[in-house]
Amino acid sequence: MYDVIVIGAGHAGCEAAFACARLKLNTLLLTINLDKVALMPCNPAIGGMGKSQLIKELDAMGGQMGKIADLAGIQFKLLNQKKGPAVQALRTQIDKKEYETLMKHLLETTDNILLKQGTVAKLLVDGIKVKGVLTEDGMQFLAKAVIITSGTFLRGRIIIGDKDYYAGRMGENPAMNLTKSLTSLGFEMDRFQTATPPRVDKRSIDFSKTIISSGDEEAGSFSFWACPKRGERANIPSFLTYTNSKTHDLIAQNIKYSPIRSGIINTHGPRHCPSIDRKVLNFPQKHKHPVFIEPEGVHTNEMYLQGLTTSMPFYLQEKIVNTVEGLEKASIIRPGYAVEYDYLIPCQLNYTLESKLIENLYFAGQINGTSGYEEAAVQGFVAGANASLKILGKKPLILTRDTSYIGVLIDDLITKDLSEPYRMYTSRAEYRLFLRSDNADLRLATLGFEAGFLEKEAHQKTLKKQQAIDSLIKLLKNITIKPQKANRYRPNLKLKEPIRLYDLFKRPQVNIGDIKYWLDHASNGYGDGVWKQAEIIIKYEGYINRQFEEIKKTKKLEKFAIPSNIDYFRFKGLTYGAQEKLSRKRPNTLGQASRIAGVSPSDISILLLNLRRK
Amino acid sequence: MNKKKINNMFYIEEDTIAAIGTKPGEAAIGIVKISGKEAIRVADSIFRSKNGKTINELKSYSLLYGEIIDGRGEVVDEVIVGLMRNPYSYTREDVVEINTHGGITPTTKVLSLCMDRGARLAEPGEFTKRAFLNGRIDLSQAEAVIDLINSKTEESLKIAANNIKGNIKKEIASIRDGIVEILVQLEASIDFIEEDLETTPYEELRKKTGVLLERVEQLIKDESKGEIIKNGVKVAIVGKPNVGKSSLLNLLVKKDKAIVTSIPGTTRDAVEEIIYVGGIPLIIIDTAGIRKTASSVEKIGVERSLGHIDEADIVLMVVDGSRKLDGRDFNIIGKIENKNSILVINKVDLGQKEDIKKLGLPFGPEQTIRVSALKKTGIEDLEHSIKKKVLGNGELNLEDKIIINQRHKKIMQDVREVLQDAETAMANKLSEEFASADLKIASGLLGEITGDTAREEVLENIFSRFCIGK
Ligand SMILES: Nc1nc2c(ncn2[C@@H]2O[C@H](COP(=O)(O)OP(=O)(O)O)[C@@H](O)[C@H]2O)c(=O)[nH]1
Repeated sequence: MYDVIVIGAGHAGCEAAFACARLKLNTLLLTINLDKVALMPCNPAIGGMGKSQLIKELDAMGGQMGKIADLAGIQFKLLNQKKGPAVQALRTQIDKKEYETLMKHLLETTDNILLKQGTVAKLLVDGIKVKGVLTEDGMQFLAKAVIITSGTFLRGRIIIGDKDYYAGRMGENPAMNLTKSLTSLGFEMDRFQTATPPRVDKRSIDFSKTIISSGDEEAGSFSFWACPKRGERANIPSFLTYTNSKTHDLIAQNIKYSPIRSGIINTHGPRHCPSIDRKVLNFPQKHKHPVFIEPEGVHTNEMYLQGLTTSMPFYLQEKIVNTVEGLEKASIIRPGYAVEYDYLIPCQLNYTLESKLIENLYFAGQINGTSGYEEAAVQGFVAGANASLKILGKKPLILTRDTSYIGVLIDDLITKDLSEPYRMYTSRAEYRLFLRSDNADLRLATLGFEAGFLEKEAHQKTLKKQQAIDSLIKLLKNITIKPQKANRYRPNLKLKEPIRLYDLFKRPQVNIGDIKYWLDHASNGYGDGVWKQAEIIIKYEGYINRQFEEIKKTKKLEKFAIPSNIDYFRFKGLTYGAQEKLSRKRPNTLGQASRIAGVSPSDISILLLNLRRK
Repeated sequence: MNKKKINNMFYIEEDTIAAIGTKPGEAAIGIVKISGKEAIRVADSIFRSKNGKTINELKSYSLLYGEIIDGRGEVVDEVIVGLMRNPYSYTREDVVEINTHGGITPTTKVLSLCMDRGARLAEPGEFTKRAFLNGRIDLSQAEAVIDLINSKTEESLKIAANNIKGNIKKEIASIRDGIVEILVQLEASIDFIEEDLETTPYEELRKKTGVLLERVEQLIKDESKGEIIKNGVKVAIVGKPNVGKSSLLNLLVKKDKAIVTSIPGTTRDAVEEIIYVGGIPLIIIDTAGIRKTASSVEKIGVERSLGHIDEADIVLMVVDGSRKLDGRDFNIIGKIENKNSILVINKVDLGQKEDIKKLGLPFGPEQTIRVSALKKTGIEDLEHSIKKKVLGNGELNLEDKIIINQRHKKIMQDVREVLQDAETAMANKLSEEFASADLKIASGLLGEITGDTAREEVLENIFSRFCIGK
């Protein structure tokens, strides 16, 4: 008898297992192939816009992805350096094998986790509670909770050109029976599709025809806690080239072979990474598309062709690739392909990622209709954390839109109708100016610590940082300098009146160095991170405070829980459309209800009245 | 930065609300109700009593006489303020009722002063909703409340749809589209930085924001031009005794069922009545005076009605068409020369003794209306002519440009403010996400008017506009 069974050792499954193990729960991590733990089947990169925010938040609460990505990173880039702190993001090229190895090693050396090979065929359910799993080879495992993190494996079907066959990922077995088990329990499933580009042999690329792209020395790291020293491997370049009219003509001529045209694929794929076929079809006016050539690792010649995703027949793929400058002689060593898979329509989950239908059954990752390693990992953590907390009788870890990107992700998943695999963007977070990478620790460390996932030292470090920030801001409010002193150092300020350093800091042209200069030595003892926070808080105070006001306004609605057994059709005054939508989504809170498409403000007023009437 | 402009369609928070009070069968004028924790503070901040007492010092269910003072310290109106303290009020919150002395203008001014001091404009049915939530109304009444919210919401939607029609609706929707377009460019340059997209340069987006801001300002300006319509048009009916002023008034009043109330006018003992002509409130000045002229005190009547010419926006000059005009008629016509006036030739049923055209009076053919108050003919022509006078002759068609209710006006003012913030942020070369934060609020606010609440429209637009996917 286990406490928790996690099905699938991908990015979601690993974080789920770590979270359970942190709370000392006996955790079984079942996976189809033990050689493919924490695999990165698509691009060799972690982070990027919106995604790096997710990893930092995960790290702030005690998750593992950030730490491992820092270690396995081979190129670190800070995106949007010229923009404000809220929209900067870290993106890292990853040595895939290194990442897998480190993650697997961590799993194997973590107490309370047992990693085991096995394909789950069926869930064992007792009434409305899950009690374990049955594997394809007849093994039965019992547990108090089950977390399904099976990625693209449920009835996975690979498509290349006119060929298609069942597989979880290329070369891996699918999970053919779990879907049946889920649908027979009443879960609603649908299908999505995603695709990956071909990989080519490094030696066959003419790099002289490409533009070299290196990382940033000062890009920083994902983890707030462990900052490994970067070695030589930390800045391995990637390369940029472009498609051209030859590429586009060739694709256009052969478009009938593209599965998106032939009809073999008719499910929705992610619009943020369309195949080159689709780009040529939808944007005929564009004469070139970028192709990023990225290393898959240090010990391999495999190069990933970001931008050339395709599931055209294999023989055409190489021809297409060879039209691109620098890739004229490139040999494909792994073809691109599309994979179609079952996902759970995620509005069947609560904020805890526990299913509404079956108690103690959780879902996380790509099976919930998301795309991306990062999106998967954070869900794994939330599901693992809540499965454990529930077993221990503790209060759940619920992340809402106003606390984190993770909250935005979960709220979107369980509230919206997905029409494509879900990817995070900063623009999805309405409180983006407050939910920054740089303050993820300050926002979430206490939550992670109190729930038992973040180590004490890390939490202490955060508390100290917070105190230092507060004290620095107070100091700057207390010190007023004479205009002469300010103007002498920065003549263009043209000050006439004495001014508080705090107010001076608000000016766009005044930076940390200036303030330190005026402070003389009183600034000693405040670290860079503390200064940076003080600067952001002071400079953008107006904007950030406005977001706090917005958050405050919606708080009561967000806190207003709706009982799960409500019969919306009994409520007079709701429109029929709203009754249907609400019955389908069964929102956890009034706040969530207000975000369901088709539910109007007056529906919410009526709902509120009905709920208060009880 | 103003925190009031945060857009949020529904409130659980029991903040303080204000509205112009309505009772069935009564005009939406004359009384401003404030309810909530801050009601007393809000009211005290705009009120100066005659005896020096504040509302806060009052006992529940007592009244206080005094004046409403605006931001510049000027007297808006004389009022009587009533206080009902929590829980002895309709909403079970502190409720202050300000009974204004005058017509629509002072009432709306008092309301907007309340909003300036922190009250929020009440949603339809919100007082009743609070009454229910606070246990004032019992359960059996709950469904009526729900119906009320529904119908009121529908009604306000209908009003939004009907009143905001034609040009203004299009204009607001088009401003909103313009904002979304800028947002698309800003967000594309933020979230898709790696894609190397050809986004519009920042400086150009700033200019576009400036243009949108001007358009919003124009709407607000038009709105104040339209204030005359919203607040009512003052009409004086003048003419020597026995030409039929009183009969005409009675006819207008009777014909127009929308007549709602007699209210004490701004002049000491004059009485105003309101009638609605084509949706425009006409405030007929000194109806008491008009009616009195029918009695023996003729002389006073004439002088008195002439005394109101100055306050009138429109003057109806009534003559008896069955007789020759005499010196008294010409005397009055001489006094209204500079006014916006209509010549009403009454008693046409008796046949016409005078060819008025030949007299060369200062009224164009459109401003010369022939009626019979007795036989009830020509009234439509008269109403049409009044309407035309108010709405202008084609070149100034205010009807389409007026922001109908307080709520919309407030929204437009808030939009102006956030657009200014966005423009400043862009001018200061702040990073894109700041201007974006302002613009998102602006598009949300305008969406409240146009009914667009699309959640994902910016991302949707990015995907359809740009070739994403490296
Ligand atoms: N034949 C006729 N008599 C009218 C008409 N309008 C008013 N009268 C009569 O004219 C007299 C004076 O009308 P009144 O309304 O009191 O005039 P005022 O002194 O201007 O208010 C009354 O006897 C009315 O009945 C009309 O259109 N035709």
